[in-house]
Amino acid sequence: MTSAPTRAAPVRSSRAGGAGRLTGANALLGVLGFAAFLASLEAVPRLGLVSPDYLPPASRIGAALVELVGEAGFWTALGDTVRGWSTGLLIAVVLGIAVGFVVGTVPVLREVTASTIEFLRPIPSVALIPLAVLVFGTDLRSVLLLVVYASFWQVLVQVLYGVQDVDPVAAETARTFGLGRWARIRHVTWPTALPYLLTGVRLAAAVALILAITAELVIGAPGLGNEIGVAQSGGAVARMYALVVVTGLLGVAVNVLARRLEKWLLSWHPSLRREVAA
Amino acid sequence: MSAMSQTQTEAGPRTEVLLDVRAVRKVYEGRGRSVEAVRDLTFAVARGDLVCVVGPSGAGKTTLLKCIAGLLAPTSGEVVLEGESVDGPPPGMAVVFQEYGRSLFPWMTVRKNVELPLKQKKLPKARRAELVGQALDAVGLGDVHGAYPWQLSGGMQQRVAIARAIAYEPHILLMDEPFAAVDAQTRADLEDLVRSLWQRLGVTTLFVTHDIDEAVYLGQRVLVLSSSPTVVLDDVAVDLPAQRDQLTTRSSARFTELRGHVFAQIQRAKKHSGASVVE
Repeated sequence: MTSAPTRAAPVRSSRAGGAGRLTGANALLGVLGFAAFLASLEAVPRLGLVSPDYLPPASRIGAALVELVGEAGFWTALGDTVRGWSTGLLIAVVLGIAVGFVVGTVPVLREVTASTIEFLRPIPSVALIPLAVLVFGTDLRSVLLLVVYASFWQVLVQVLYGVQDVDPVAAETARTFGLGRWARIRHVTWPTALPYLLTGVRLAAAVALILAITAELVIGAPGLGNEIGVAQSGGAVARMYALVVVTGLLGVAVNVLARRLEKWLLSWHPSLRREVAA
Repeated sequence: MSAMSQTQTEAGPRTEVLLDVRAVRKVYEGRGRSVEAVRDLTFAVARGDLVCVVGPSGAGKTTLLKCIAGLLAPTSGEVVLEGESVDGPPPGMAVVFQEYGRSLFPWMTVRKNVELPLKQKKLPKARRAELVGQALDAVGLGDVHGAYPWQLSGGMQQRVAIARAIAYEPHILLMDEPFAAVDAQTRADLEDLVRSLWQRLGVTTLFVTHDIDEAVYLGQRVLVLSSSPTVVLDDVAVDLPAQRDQLTTRSSARFTELRGHVFAQIQRAKKHSGASVVE
């Protein structure tokens, strides 16, 4: 559950202009590829290459999915997962911003905490499952502990990088125009760190979802993960796959949402600018 | 200092001294070695004056400017602005940096960039709008309020930076090689802009450049700095007519003469640093 520290460019670089025609062709290829994937998923169990007991054909998974959508229990489980995920993510982001700004803007604190952060960060969140069960049992707080622990570091590390990326000329400009410490944080440090923060949030959102599902699956806290476990032990294989598909769709939705947020907040950033200087 | 220290007689009775640089020395303490960037700089700028500081590259021009702007504390000596010793960015000062692309905030529109310092001054909204409008009109950018700096050309971006500085209504305007990164044509336009703004607004201006022609064309006075460790080599009064234009002024005999004089000083400066000149 620890993903490597990603100190990538804050946001994806979109190629400006000329990509319009390609996008259409890419979309078509994407649809074709996905259709081929579904077709082979249908064919492989039907041809007996894999036993349908382990891998039901795509059509049966689809039917199970439709059935799921009709159940109230499914929506409750989905709600539980989304709540655990979003609450944990929110706590992690707020904590990450607060700690990141304080530590990042005070050089002494940065030096003092660097080694501790490097030690704590790589601890896989799943290693804390026994602790979570011991302290909180199987309720939402166990999920939150794991989700917060995993996603907090993603946010913190990005904020730390972002806070240190302030352009010295911009900082000096702000000082010469009489901007005090708080005004500089608000008008210079915050916008500089924002692209990094959003990258951190996007990574954290993905990790948080993984941890939310894991916690439900392993600890048995209510949610989609728990439903997957129940379906598996009950031999409802198609239903299990249908639930897995739902978690995948959730992951896609989370990513799309995070991208939207970046586009909306960072329209000024070089990687997302549409217009180029005349 | 040499024979050309005629400023005092030239300008007639000296008016109020706005900026007083007194024996400023700056030594950078590195690991195990120290570098003396500025040895001993002493000069005064009168209220309403336009003074150019010119020196060979690496002459500590930027160090000097940062000391005056209160961004850097001198090792010894002191900078006095309007009777008060500078120990941090003083309120009555605006700086235009060479790197306009980094000095303007890309996350703010042109209007917001110009307005931000005025908000810090706690000016009422109406007054801010008025100052922003006037400043952008004055630099010929009345129609780009809503654009982002990165949507503009380099010359236009530096105009925005100048507008931000004059909207701040500073008592002194510092410019650190502001036109070093723009093309020659744009540069000529911007020089004329600085000249005309100075004449209209009467704001005391200290203009740092490595370009001799620019210094002579713009300044009422040109301070020639030596190589590092820096001292003032010469203080040249520019007795060109007040109305200057790129063509006639630059081709006049007096311009050529002044330019030649400063050029000779700079050549001398390259060979000598403060270490060999002063003693």
